[in-house]
Amino acid sequence: MILEIILVLVMLVAAVSAGTFKNLLNAVIAAGFVSFIAAILFFLLNAPDVAMAEASIGAALTVAIFVIALKKTKRHEDDEKNS
Amino acid sequence: MIYYIGAIGLIIIGLYIVLTKRNLIKVIIGLDIFETGIFILLVCTGYIKGGTAPIFSKDKLNPSLMVDPIPQALVLTAIVIGVATLALALSLVIRLYRHYGTLDVRKIKELKW
Amino acid sequence: MRKIVSLILLAILLSGVIFCLTEIPFGRSLSKVREYYIDNGIKDTGATNIVTSVVVNYRGFDTLGEVTVLFLAAIGLSAVLHQEEKKPKKEGRKSSLILYTGCRFLFPLTMLFGAYIFIHGHLTPGGGFQGGAIIASGFLLTMLGCWKWRGINKSAAKITESIGGLVFVVIGLLGLLYSGYFLANYLPKGLPNELFSAGIIPIIYVAIGFKVGAELTGVLDRLIEEP
Repeated sequence: MILEIILVLVMLVAAVSAGTFKNLLNAVIAAGFVSFIAAILFFLLNAPDVAMAEASIGAALTVAIFVIALKKTKRHEDDEKNS
Repeated sequence: MIYYIGAIGLIIIGLYIVLTKRNLIKVIIGLDIFETGIFILLVCTGYIKGGTAPIFSKDKLNPSLMVDPIPQALVLTAIVIGVATLALALSLVIRLYRHYGTLDVRKIKELKW
Repeated sequence: MRKIVSLILLAILLSGVIFCLTEIPFGRSLSKVREYYIDNGIKDTGATNIVTSVVVNYRGFDTLGEVTVLFLAAIGLSAVLHQEEKKPKKEGRKSSLILYTGCRFLFPLTMLFGAYIFIHGHLTPGGGFQGGAIIASGFLLTMLGCWKWRGINKSAAKITESIGGLVFVVIGLLGLLYSGYFLANYLPKGLPNELFSAGIIPIIYVAIGFKVGAELTGVLDRLIEEP
């Protein structure tokens, strides 16, 4: 019970910080961390097939595709002023 | 009960990022977080307290305490379709950057119709 | 201005969702279809993994639609990123000896693990999609760490992907020929918990494993290589 509360709180903090980072590489790594904690929650909900799919596809391949796209667009910073 | 709060929290945060951020790659990151929240919401409607995974490994398991297998099959399909959508969206973003030189949504407004 | 309007909309959505979710109890059985699938799963299909029998046998047509959507996304990505003139490719940085040896050592072990997962899809948790993603991760490892290799053989990836899709459709049409409806389970079911059991389910999962692995490898290769 206490394990699930800690995991859900860490996941929500990571999701909020993925929206507020200015450096796009840090935001992508935070989104991959959200997928990784979701895979652990799927295992605690007794769904091993879904946990394996989310860990291999959501946490590994999604981050790889994002990093390759970041390299092509050459944008490390979100450098427009927010109004 | 805590799983419901986590799933709805992820959905709200993902929708907020899609609606208010103006860098295109941040919008796609918000889409990814939103989809992960929906998957957790679907799987935790099939949970039974004290249940086990729906696999008959040895023939002595009690079949009335197994977790619902139908939402798991739907979420398996949805995860794969989610990554396909993400790859196609990122290829469109790369093409836009090559043409306009910027990734700000307010500056890409040259629709001629 | 945009932030205030979106916060108001999200507050309305949140109150609506909370009002609906307090009606749904957490942790109790809610549907009767679940009892049918768990009680008659082994008798109808012969597979001991109930999620696999739902994905491939009871709802096999949805899996065919998903394979089609994945195929369309790969084709769309290749079409959008097409370039008429080829710029000369500059040499990347050479990786160190430890990284090169480690990648060369891990590549066959990763292939073996991915193949184990999609072959035993009807007995243990796993299946075609998970095994295909692991195989694509193995190929990504060689693309990043082994600088001496010349890249993926593109025609081999395309032929493997096409043959995987064709095997799925041909097995479905043979089911139409033998038993009267598309994707019928016409091969003998065998004993549960054996490797050669459950009719057409292991054959379809092997075809899906090959197809998804080749497709994701092609997508990653197409994204990395163009300048």
